[in-house]
Amino acid sequence: MTDASTLPNSLRNQPDARGHFGQFGGRYVAETLMPLILDLEREYRAAKADPAFQAEFDDLMKHYVGRPSPLYFAPRLTEHLGGAKIYLKREELNHTGAHKINNCIGQILLAKRMGKTRIIAETGAGQHGVATATVAARFGLPCTIFMGAVDVARQQPNVFRMKLLGAEVRAVESGAQTLKDAMNEALRDWVANVHDTFYIIGTAAGPHPYPELVRDFQSIIGNETRAQIMEAEGRLPDTIIAPVGGGSNAIGIFHSFLDDVDVRLIGVEAAGEGLDTDKHAASLAGGTPGVLHGNRTYLLQDEDGQITEAHSISAGLDYPGIGPEHSWLHEIGRVKYEPCTDAEALAAFQTLCKLEGIIPALESAHALAVAERVAPTMAKDEILVVNVSGRGDKDIFTVAQALGVAL
Amino acid sequence: MSRLAATFAACAAEGRAALVTFVTGGDPTPAAMPAILDALVEGGADVIELGMPFTDPMADGPAIQRANLRSLAAGTTTAIIFEIASNFRRRHPQVPLVLMGYANPMVRRGPEWFAQSAARAGIDGVICVDIPSEEDEALGPALRDAGVDLIRLATPTTDAARLPAVLGGASGFLYYVSVAGITGLQQAAQGSVDAAVAHLKAATDLPVAVGFGVRTPDQAAAIARVADGVVVGSAIVDAIGKAATEGRDPSADVLNIVKGLSAAVRTARQEKAA
Repeated sequence: MTDASTLPNSLRNQPDARGHFGQFGGRYVAETLMPLILDLEREYRAAKADPAFQAEFDDLMKHYVGRPSPLYFAPRLTEHLGGAKIYLKREELNHTGAHKINNCIGQILLAKRMGKTRIIAETGAGQHGVATATVAARFGLPCTIFMGAVDVARQQPNVFRMKLLGAEVRAVESGAQTLKDAMNEALRDWVANVHDTFYIIGTAAGPHPYPELVRDFQSIIGNETRAQIMEAEGRLPDTIIAPVGGGSNAIGIFHSFLDDVDVRLIGVEAAGEGLDTDKHAASLAGGTPGVLHGNRTYLLQDEDGQITEAHSISAGLDYPGIGPEHSWLHEIGRVKYEPCTDAEALAAFQTLCKLEGIIPALESAHALAVAERVAPTMAKDEILVVNVSGRGDKDIFTVAQALGVAL
Repeated sequence: MSRLAATFAACAAEGRAALVTFVTGGDPTPAAMPAILDALVEGGADVIELGMPFTDPMADGPAIQRANLRSLAAGTTTAIIFEIASNFRRRHPQVPLVLMGYANPMVRRGPEWFAQSAARAGIDGVICVDIPSEEDEALGPALRDAGVDLIRLATPTTDAARLPAVLGGASGFLYYVSVAGITGLQQAAQGSVDAAVAHLKAATDLPVAVGFGVRTPDQAAAIARVADGVVVGSAIVDAIGKAATEGRDPSADVLNIVKGLSAAVRTARQEKAA
């Protein structure tokens, strides 16, 4: 692997010292939080340079999370699509069933280092909430998860999981009662409890240094993929596809490859019922730059800057913004972002179940749907990697309902 | 001298703090605003803070969150906020008017557009909750060019090392957020407010106004003894919400509350002397 940090024109040196990725990112927070965010940045720099921190992270990744996750060649899907050789990065095999745990382990180690004694987090579908509750249990810290009341009602199994893990789940009744409102409420709690509380943000978004540190913790996905494909094929892949909500799994797999210009990178945004409707969650394709939740990034908003509601069949993609590094990669054209509708994701969900015996998360099914579009246009000796960011057990009720099946 | 500077100077000459009152623009409806703003002035408010409604008011407690939603549901737009401000300016040529809100609605059409529109509408100052000094470029230069004060926030977590950055480029007054938290809930211990105000006043010549969690005339009086200004928001916004729910015009209730606050602020230092 090349050490990009020393290359003058590397795309891997972002953000700048103030947390900006081009015009995106930054620290748009209330003054009360600023000193804490500056502390977090100092502590993160120190942790990054501390071999003991890295060793503890690596040890937990191996023995607690179960890494490395396999890079699996999918023979029947490859044959079915009749084009590129398809490899699946199996993040769904991690402890708690998704990539979310990678970031939670890193952040709780930071919390411990900073002497914080209480953990909070926001969650949409509940995957990040479960991962946070898991690490809080592992480290013996009390934990409060903010979750929109609508999501609490439709994600009861995950709510119960979080409670089993010892977390308090607070149903958020404000706004549309979904992920964006859960994040507002977590920020309100944080500002009132800055002295003892660490906020584990679930995606590569929020005020600097969160987008950077979440990306760094998730970069284990891309670093492993790089080593694994070199071992399997002796060369880098031609294309990598990952789903993008806030975008932590996608930046995690992309970041290692940003300077490898021959590797095509495709992020998949949730197009809901279609980009021509008002029911989608495609911030890049259907949004404009603005400021929300601590960073400047592409947002779904009206002409007055009021945030509009996102929609996706996948609760994990149901957010009106996107991580700032993705906004930057979109603007400079290094990553292409493609839309995928609810219907296409549902079809791809079923295809993977039947052909490979893997039930993917609906988030991951969005990437698989675009893989189905792209693979047939590629030569048979070309290589396509898809990030299967999570498993779909949590989604079976949603899928059953969409297919008109009563459980 | 700007209207804000003149007002704080006049209050100081009278030996009292200024009363700064907050309401959310367009709450409960844009049509109800002139009567509510007039009630604030008639009741004795010295400075008016007009909230720009936002879908995601993450620094606000339940009272002001609901006010934001009521206002947006009633159809309030950015254009309507500026219209409310210009009409206020015509009725009250001397009363300082400050716009308070979140970054996204302010920068949506570009900071220059916002700053110039604010200046044209007769707005004296802007408080933006989520643009700290680190992101000043997002709005600060445009406001300074347009001659609109950028009012910065200091909080209990703002340490001595950060304070110069917070004060740099600030004008109008300094808003001390007396609790680490959201609007309208906890009240700060008076001792900590006294110490913080003394510390801030040693660092700046700007007037220091104190807000967050100030609800009653007694609380307002306690702060008025040490600060140059007292900010009251949620208590007034709650009354507007209650009246709106009951189908009444809120302005009579607003007038009563502000009269009580104003009397307390005007006599606070005399009581102390006596």
